[in-house]
Amino acid sequence: MFKILKYSFYDLMRSRWSYVYFAFYLLLGVVLLFLNNDLSKAVITLMNVIIVLVPLIGTIFGVMYYYNSKEFTELLLAQPLKRSSIFLGQYLGVAISLSMSLILGLGIPFVFYGLFMSNAIWDFSLLLITGTFLTLIFTALAFNIALSNENRIKGFGYAILLWLFLAIIYDGIFLMSLIIFEDYPLDKLSLIGTMLNPIDLSRTLILLKLDISALLGYTGAVFKQFFGTNFGLIVSFSALTLWVILPVLRITMKAKKKDF
Amino acid sequence: MIKIKELYKKFGKNEVLSGLNLEIGEGGIFAVLGPNGSGKTTLIKCLLGMVIPNKGDVSVLGENIKKDSNYRHKIDYLPQIANFPNNLRVKELITMIKDLRGKTNLDQELISLFKLEPFLDKKLGNLSGGTKQKVNLVLTFMFDSPLVILDEPTSGLDPISLLRLKKLIQAEKAKGKTILITSHIMSFVEEISDEIVFLLEGKIYFKGTITELRDKTNQPDFEHAIASILTDNHV
Repeated sequence: MFKILKYSFYDLMRSRWSYVYFAFYLLLGVVLLFLNNDLSKAVITLMNVIIVLVPLIGTIFGVMYYYNSKEFTELLLAQPLKRSSIFLGQYLGVAISLSMSLILGLGIPFVFYGLFMSNAIWDFSLLLITGTFLTLIFTALAFNIALSNENRIKGFGYAILLWLFLAIIYDGIFLMSLIIFEDYPLDKLSLIGTMLNPIDLSRTLILLKLDISALLGYTGAVFKQFFGTNFGLIVSFSALTLWVILPVLRITMKAKKKDF
Repeated sequence: MIKIKELYKKFGKNEVLSGLNLEIGEGGIFAVLGPNGSGKTTLIKCLLGMVIPNKGDVSVLGENIKKDSNYRHKIDYLPQIANFPNNLRVKELITMIKDLRGKTNLDQELISLFKLEPFLDKKLGNLSGGTKQKVNLVLTFMFDSPLVILDEPTSGLDPISLLRLKKLIQAEKAKGKTILITSHIMSFVEEISDEIVFLLEGKIYFKGTITELRDKTNQPDFEHAIASILTDNHV
């Protein structure tokens, strides 16, 4: 698996897109930190960008990489390699190179800004950790979609739909349901609803680490009570981990049964 | 060498292999023939574990292929269409496959046999179809495995490379290897193969030497023999 991972990673490191992605974060980091003196505002803006962009890039890149390397995959399948190691290697290659672009692109400007001496380091690390989780989750979901769809137009379509659903539509439905059922106690429901969508979960985690949860009113208090505690943090990270593990398991299952 | 029992494979509603039985002994060149869509490539991919059969048993060199992927160390496979990652150089591809499968020293010999030296530093995306096929051949013959499977080995090759390929195949046979070939070029098959396996509608229609096939169909030559099978069966 590690050999495949190595080659996929090199292959991606050579492609122009990894550099574009890296340069984008670098620029974003530099602009937000050096042209704007308020660190917590910079972190919030970064969060808004990461929460939407990371899943989008993860799904698109994952689907694109799978379809583009199809012939190469077939070449590998005829070699004495396990199927699961071929696909997991490719998956990790994509996910790790994307995460590296994110971490380095945002990390470098922060290091120059003097992050290690500021007390925003925890907010910032949390930002990078959730960003990495989101990359791992959405690349895995993208590989699932690509493995299940021979037709690449369909695959791309489903991938975009998935992103649209989790990033935008889910929130809409969630809010609507909160409004419709506002006469009932909703704290449990909204907690569970947040857990079920990795994007919402990441957003809530970051928001509550920043000291702006007071703005969220009563719901904020309930959320703070849950997510702000160690127990809440552990549960949320377990939920994110589960979001990685389940799609990855499905990749190995699907890969075992597929015809090439 | 190869034992296939009651092999079934469906793609959707399309039944490609329907209860195929085949046994191939050790040593010699076997040509797998059949009209388009008769299941030749599917059969080969089943042997390699790339296509997973609905039913049936396949064993290669006494090992059931369902168990693990190690039996593929003993197979060299030439895929039908040579499509490699485009931004890789020829040299890098060869090193990579060596890294994945193990060490070999045969690659230099094969590169000079097919006169590939000037292309080693070129990217695979910039190569012509014939040159890609030569790279494909180098990758296949590099490992000296007891079973060699060639899917349309002649496609895109110029006459001189074709001659070299024929010599190479004969040399491999002389080492006692089993070689499985599919091809639509009948003169090539007639010249090179010891035995014919003819697939029709997902089953083995005929297995034997070319002489036996001619006797069976009462035709003067090999091409007409094949044609008569096809017309008799309304393909």
